[in-house]
Formats: sequence, structure tokens, C-alpha cells
Amino acid sequence: MRIPILKLYDCLLVSIQGELDDATALQFQEDLLQKIHETSANGVVIDITSIDFIDSFIAKVLGDVLSMSTLMGAKVVITGIQPAVAITLIELGISLNDVMTALDLEKGLEKLQQELGD
Amino acid sequence: MEFQSCVKIINEWDIVAARQLGRNVAKELGFGTVDQARITTAISELARNIYLYAGQGNVYIDKVYDAGKSGLKIVATDEGPGIQDIRKVMEDGYTTSGGLGAGLPGVKRLMDDFDIDSTPGKGTEILATKWIR
Repeated sequence: MRIPILKLYDCLLVSIQGELDDATALQFQEDLLQKIHETSANGVVIDITSIDFIDSFIAKVLGDVLSMSTLMGAKVVITGIQPAVAITLIELGISLNDVMTALDLEKGLEKLQQELGD
Repeated sequence: MEFQSCVKIINEWDIVAARQLGRNVAKELGFGTVDQARITTAISELARNIYLYAGQGNVYIDKVYDAGKSGLKIVATDEGPGIQDIRKVMEDGYTTSGGLGAGLPGVKRLMDDFDIDSTPGKGTEILATKWIR
């Protein structure tokens, strides 16, 4: 399975849906960085509304892809973290510090536009 | 014990199979969405530990009943190298794999009962139960 990455003006939009297995997660990491490179995108919104749990591996992959995108000069916002996901992540001991988040896709795009200085 | 199912953990796809099974059983038992997420995450962590450290092993998912309460019990067993210092692996942030180190202390926090039995050179058995409130 491959996660589709859409371009919207100078941003990339990603909606992660369904069961995220290790191979898909790692493939996504490469695909996103490649797409940032190809499109010269300034920002990325990763929406995880349909994700109902995150384990330490998926958290690590997400955290890594954020750092990697930052290295390439793109800002990333994660949107749509479900209550159950927020609770289990913190109980598990993972606090995604320094990660820009927003309640939903709309707020995420707004935040990104602010960050990018319009 | 009236119900038991098992997923053999050999590759990363089996981690997905184990957590899907766990989530289904949690749903059947009537756990809420937050507890379903806790159980799914705990199974994923335990199955991944088996895959990473022991190579292979088994994850059993049981429905358990005790004193009018029902719950879900996860048993993760392997015949891997075992854990040298259990106290150390139960410390937050300790890791030998370069992972996030969320592993076992995290699983303990997600579940209600947690028990670990390990013999170096023989293997490890971890029991974790979540009760319906």
C-alpha cells in the first residue's frame, strides 16, 4: 500500500488512512521527502483523523519524517489526532514535543499559512 | 478460560495481525474506544518486542472473567535471549534497540495488570490484562 500525497499550491496534503503497517510507514517517509524535493513545497499537512492508535514505531516514523522534512526546509503540521490516540501516546510515554499540531485539516492549513508568513 | 486465540509472531505483518485480533476481541467484549486503543497499542508493543529481540514467539489473546468482571488478557511468550535486568527494562527511556524506549513501562501504564517473567537464555513471558470498568 502507498499513501497518496497531494499538492495544494505550495503545500502537500496527506491523509493517512487504515492500518499503518511498518513497510507502508517507511515507504511513506521516502515518498514524502521525494515529493517535497520534486515540488519544492514549503509546508506539509499530515492528517491522521482515521488513525485509531499509534504505537512507538509509528510515532518514531512520524517524528523522524518531521525532522527530515524540517531539514529539507518544509514545515509540517499533524492534524486530527483522536482523543484515544492522544491518551495512549502520553500513557505510553511518548510526547511528540516540538511537533506542530492542529485539531483538523482546516485549522492545520491555517496554522501552516501563518507559519509560512502568508 | 473459555476463549483463546494465538498469533505466531515471525515477521512484521504478524504484528499487524496480532493487534487486529486484539482490537476485535476488545470490541466484542465491549471496551470503549480509548481502552481499545490502549489494548491495540499494548499488543503492538509486545509483538514488536518479540519480533525485535527474540525473532519469533507467540501472542495469545484471552477473554478473562473474575469476580463479575470481564477483561482481556494478553500473553506474549518467546524463547529468545531473555531479559538480563528486568528492573532496568522497566525504567522509562531504557532501550537496547535504539527505539523510542517506550516499550514495557508504557505497556504497564496502558494496562491494569502487568507481570513479567524472564530467564536469560531461555525466554520471556509477559502477561498484561485490561479490565472493563
